[in-house]
Amino acid sequence: MAKKTPFYDKHLEYKGKIVEFAGFFMPIQFEGIIPEHNTVRTGVGVFDVSHMGEIEITGPDRIKFTNYITTNDVSKLAFNQLQYSAMLYPDAGIVDDLLVYNLKDRIFLVVNAANTEKDYEWILQNKKFNVEIKNLSDDIGQLAVQGPKSEMLMQKIVDYNLTELKYYWAVETKIKGIDVLLSRTGYTGEDGFEIYMPAKDGLKIWDIVFDAGKEFNVKPIGLGARDTLRFEMRYCLYGNDIDKTTNPLEAGLGWIVKFDKGDFIGRDSLLKIKESGLKRKLVGFEVIEKGIPRPHQKIYADNNEIGFVTSGTFSPSLKKGIGLGYVGTQYTEPGTKFYVMVKEPILVEVIKGPFYKKGTHK
Amino acid sequence: MANIIEGLKYTREHEWAKIEGGIAITGITDYAQSILSDIVMIEPPKVGTQIKAGDAVGTIEAVKAVSDLFAPLSGEVIEVNEKVVKEPAIINRDPYNEGWIYKIKVNNPSEAENLLSAEQYKELIAGH
Repeated sequence: MAKKTPFYDKHLEYKGKIVEFAGFFMPIQFEGIIPEHNTVRTGVGVFDVSHMGEIEITGPDRIKFTNYITTNDVSKLAFNQLQYSAMLYPDAGIVDDLLVYNLKDRIFLVVNAANTEKDYEWILQNKKFNVEIKNLSDDIGQLAVQGPKSEMLMQKIVDYNLTELKYYWAVETKIKGIDVLLSRTGYTGEDGFEIYMPAKDGLKIWDIVFDAGKEFNVKPIGLGARDTLRFEMRYCLYGNDIDKTTNPLEAGLGWIVKFDKGDFIGRDSLLKIKESGLKRKLVGFEVIEKGIPRPHQKIYADNNEIGFVTSGTFSPSLKKGIGLGYVGTQYTEPGTKFYVMVKEPILVEVIKGPFYKKGTHK
Repeated sequence: MANIIEGLKYTREHEWAKIEGGIAITGITDYAQSILSDIVMIEPPKVGTQIKAGDAVGTIEAVKAVSDLFAPLSGEVIEVNEKVVKEPAIINRDPYNEGWIYKIKVNNPSEAENLLSAEQYKELIAGH
């Protein structure tokens, strides 16, 4: 039986279309993917992301241990700063991608919903040094408030001066007396915040956010638009673009791998992969004429199969089909053209960077 | 609750057909558009093609999903609604009127007996 998040009744009240996702009943959409997408690009929207997993690491060796299980360098984080990172298997396949928060007396990991149990087991299995590990997922509710108007909304309900909260920084503060962890983060490319709160206080926070957001026409946003928004920014989705069969270098995530920080799980294999040269890379591409690429479709060039699509959708902002896929390294230069086998082959062109380039994230 | 129009014929694949004087106007049902949501691209069969009832003759793409268009009846495609090709969201707004997709000059009007009535279609989607 799928779980309900603290906001389940709100999804029903706002007439969300409910689906089962990663073991939770979640709203896939409310008024429609495209209008919701546009709300976040131009105004402010609120996502229930309580399905995400939260794992806490405490103890004197928490930084040393987190550095051992993740690829980015935790020792570089200031107090209340966070980073995007990954956990690897010894063969350099990806266990998960995650956020690592360096908070007062604890490291706080935020992991993908579908991977929470797997990640927690993995971390326990690899436990060493003097640390304690707890899975807090069931007790934490999470809302993401995203869009160019998100700061104006949030400033109405927190005492903290939000112009001082920079991108990828966090603060432990209160919203109307309720303890929350607030960070300037998101998965949309727009300015935005993520609020972690005790699950039992979730509905109160929802009401506070929606009351404060009335004047900005705030709306609830479903998982459908969450995917189109992240995709336009070319953010990876675990399960589509990265998984245990892909390594961070070929996925374009070399920037979160710090080889020089010392040992971490997967380091040796990944270093070998790096030294022997990548065979394929994840690229973003746009459809030149008509058609929408979809996951698992094959990619062809020069009469050869050169790769496959990992994510594909219609971009509401660009109004055309966009895709991500792994292709041989000789096909990754921006401007390279190849064919995706939809029903018939459609011509696409490799692009550089995010598909949508006007995001307001700070 | 999905809107179902009396007097139209329906397929199990969620197309509707309005048959008058040997011509069938076709589209997808309100139920189909609500399941697909946010239709962004449509490729109907080309004018002049001969199509056979039950065959996949076109494609309808939403943001998250793609679906085939199935021919409700056999015949010749005589007109395509260019408005919905340009602006597929019309189908989400008004699937039975402005959102019609193409017209067929029907070969054999008795084929319509194989299609579902509004009542039968209602039962079909009640099971979903």
